[in-house]
Amino acid sequence: MRYDFDFAVLLDYWPDFLAGAWVTLQLTFLATVFGMAIGTLCAIGARGKRRWLARAIGIYVEIIRNTPFLIQIFFLYFGLASAGLRLPVFTAAVIAMVFNVAAYCSEIIRAGMDTVHPGQIEAAQSLGMSTPTIYWDVILRPAIERVYPALTGQFVLMMLSSSVASQISTEELTAVANNVQSFTFRSLETFLAIAPMYLALAALLKLSFWGIGLFAFPRRRRLGTAL
Amino acid sequence: MDIVFNWSYFGYLLYGAMWTLVLSACAFVLGGAAGFLVMLARTAQSRLIRQIALVYVEIIQGTPLLVLLFIAYFGLGVFGIEVPPLVAAAISLMINASAFLGEIWKGCVEAVPRTQREAAECLALTRWQAFVDVILPQAARIATPPTVGFMVQMLKNTSLASVVGFVELTRAAQVINNSTIQPFLVFGIAGTMYFVLCYPLTAWSRSLERTLNVGRR
Amino acid sequence: MSAAVNAPAVALPAVALKDVRKSYGPLEVLKGVSFDVAPGEVVAIIGASGSGKSTALRCINGLESIQAGSIEVCGHHVGTQRSDAELRALRQDVGIVFQSYNLFPHLTVEQNVTLAPRRVKRIGNAAAKDLARACLAQVGLAEKADSYPEQLSGGQQQRVAIARSLAMQPKVMLFDEVTSALDPHLTGEVLRVMEKLARDGMTMITVTHEMGFARRVANRTIFMRDGLVWEVGGAEMFAAPRTPELQSFLGSEL
Ligand SMILES: Nc1ncnc2c1ncn2[C@@H]1O[C@H](COP(=O)(O)OP(=O)(O)O)[C@@H](O)[C@H]1O
Ligand SMILES: [Mg+2]
Repeated sequence: MRYDFDFAVLLDYWPDFLAGAWVTLQLTFLATVFGMAIGTLCAIGARGKRRWLARAIGIYVEIIRNTPFLIQIFFLYFGLASAGLRLPVFTAAVIAMVFNVAAYCSEIIRAGMDTVHPGQIEAAQSLGMSTPTIYWDVILRPAIERVYPALTGQFVLMMLSSSVASQISTEELTAVANNVQSFTFRSLETFLAIAPMYLALAALLKLSFWGIGLFAFPRRRRLGTAL
Repeated sequence: MDIVFNWSYFGYLLYGAMWTLVLSACAFVLGGAAGFLVMLARTAQSRLIRQIALVYVEIIQGTPLLVLLFIAYFGLGVFGIEVPPLVAAAISLMINASAFLGEIWKGCVEAVPRTQREAAECLALTRWQAFVDVILPQAARIATPPTVGFMVQMLKNTSLASVVGFVELTRAAQVINNSTIQPFLVFGIAGTMYFVLCYPLTAWSRSLERTLNVGRR
Repeated sequence: MSAAVNAPAVALPAVALKDVRKSYGPLEVLKGVSFDVAPGEVVAIIGASGSGKSTALRCINGLESIQAGSIEVCGHHVGTQRSDAELRALRQDVGIVFQSYNLFPHLTVEQNVTLAPRRVKRIGNAAAKDLARACLAQVGLAEKADSYPEQLSGGQQQRVAIARSLAMQPKVMLFDEVTSALDPHLTGEVLRVMEKLARDGMTMITVTHEMGFARRVANRTIFMRDGLVWEVGGAEMFAAPRTPELQSFLGSEL
C-alpha cells in the first residue's frame, strides 16, 4: 500500500495555522498567570490554620486531579450553557484550564513549601518580619525556586492539553487543523504538520520559563545551577 | 423533548466505564512494554542510542496526546483498512505512555547508587546481569509510586478516545447528554465514575510513596 | 602446603604494576606506580588520603582505565585497552571489598553470596547454597544466611562482603579501607577474618589505616605519596622509616 504524502496543499492555510497557534499561546498565557496565582493561594490555604479552608482546597484538588480535563471542560461549558450562561468558547477554555492547572500547581508548590525548614520561619519571625513578608520572601520564593522545574513541566503539559479545547470549538491550533483537514482531505498530513508546531510552542514555553527563572531567582543564576 | 436521565442511561455509562478500563489496561500493558524499551535506550551504553531515545521522548512529550491520536487514527487509515477506534486509541496511548514511563523509569534506574552496579561488575557479572539482578529490583521499588501515579494519568487520558468515536465513558456521557441535555448531571456522574476509578490509585500511589520514604530513612 | 612444593623456583608475581599512570582529566593521580606482589603475599598500602591508594586498587581490577604502563594480574594483562570479556575474566580471579560494603540490599545474605557464582560460573542452586554456607562460615556468619543486609551491623555486613568475594574463589583479594566506616569496636572482627585469610595463603593487597594490622600481618608495606610509591619495606619500616615523609605520616597516624 503506497501513500503519497502531500504537504503542499497545507501551505495555503498557513495564516490559519498561525492564528490557531496564536490562540493556543493566548490560552496558555492566561492559564499560566491565573493558574499560578490561584495555585499559590491554594497552596497557602491548604497549609493554613483554617481547617475548613484547607479541607475545601483538598477536595477541589483531588476532584481535579482524578477526573479528565475533557470531562471538566464539558461540565463547565455545556453545564453553564444549559443553566442559561453561554460563555464564549475562549473564556470557557481559559476558565477550565485555570481551574485544572491551579490544582496541580498548588500540589507542586505545597511540596516546595514543605521543604522550607521551620527554623527559617522562626528566624524570620524573631527578626520581626511581617507575616506577608515572611510568606513571600522566606517561604514562597525559595519554595517556588525549588519546584520550578516541576512547575515548568506542568505548564508545558497544560499547553499541550489546551488542544482539548478544540472539542468545544475554541479555535486553537488543533481545532484549526480539524477544519483544514476537512477542506483538504489531507488529515494525516495536517496533524503531522501541527505536531512540530506544538513542539515549537513547547520549546518557546520552556524558554520563557527559563528566562523568567533567571530573572526571578538570581541566586540560581549566580551559582550556575540548572533551572 | 422530555427525555430525562434514567437508569438505562446509567447502565450505558457503566458500559462506557468498562471500556475505559479495557482501554486503560491495553494502554498500560503496551505502554509499559514500550516504556521499558525507552528506559533501556535512555540508559544505554551507546551515546548515540541514548540521544536518539532522548529525541523520541522530547518529541512525544512535546506533542499533544490528541494530536498523536489523530495521527494514529488517520495514519492507520492510510493503509486502506477501516481502523477500529480502539486500536488507534491504544496505539496513541501506548506511544504517549512509552515516553513518560520510559523517562520516569530512567530516573528510577539512575537513582540506584552507582556503587551497586560497580559491586556487581566487580563480581564479574555482565552489564546485563548486573542490570537484571541488581539494579532492576531496586529501581522497581522506587518506581512503583510514580508508576501508579501515571496510571491515573493514563486512565484520564483514555477520555480522548471519545474524539475518534470510541465509546468509552466520556463518549457515552456525550451521547446521553445529546439526548437529555442535562450536562451537569450527565458529566457530573461520568466525572464521579472517573473519580471512583482514579482516586484509589492516587491514594495507593501516595501511601506507597510514604512507606518508601519511611523505609529509606 | 603442596602448592608451595610445586611452585617454580622463581614464582611469577600474582600482581605486577609497571609504571602505571592514571589521570582524571588534568589531574594526574598515579604518576608511574610500579610494584609486584608474589603469590600468597600480603601487601599493605598506606598513605595520606588522596595519595592514590584507592585508585591503584581500582586500576588493578579494571574499574578504572589507565593511560600508560601495564598491569599484570594472574596472567591477565590489563593494558590501557580492555574488552568487557577480558575484564570479566580478570574479575573472576580478583575479588575486591570496599569501605562501604556495597551489599545488595534487596537480597538476603545468602543470595548476596550466591548471585555471582550462579550467574557467572553457572553452578547449580544446591551447590551454590553449599558454597555460600562455606564462605559464610569462613567469616563466622553462617547463622545469618537468611538475614537481609540492613539487619546486620556494619562489621557483619563487611564480613558478608568478604564472603561474597570469596565465593568466586579469587586468586587475589583487594581490600580498600574496609574498616574505615566501622565503629572502633567492630573493626576487630573484620581484621581477624582478614588475618585468617592471609594465614590461609590468600594473595592480598590491602589499603589500610590500621598500622598495627599492616605491621603484624603484611609481608610488605607500600607507602604511597602523591601518586608515587614512596617507600616499601617490611615490618621494620614502621620502627625505622627511611624517608622523612613516611616518618611524619606515621607520626600523624598515631
Ligand atoms: N572519579 C574521580 N574523578 C576525579 N578525581 C578523582 C576521582 N577519584 C579520585 N579522584 C582524585 O584522585 C586522587 C586520589 O584519590 P584516591 O585514589 O581515592 O586517594 P586515596 O584512596 O589514597 O585517599 C584524589 O585527589 C581524588 O580527589
Ligand atoms: Mg581511598
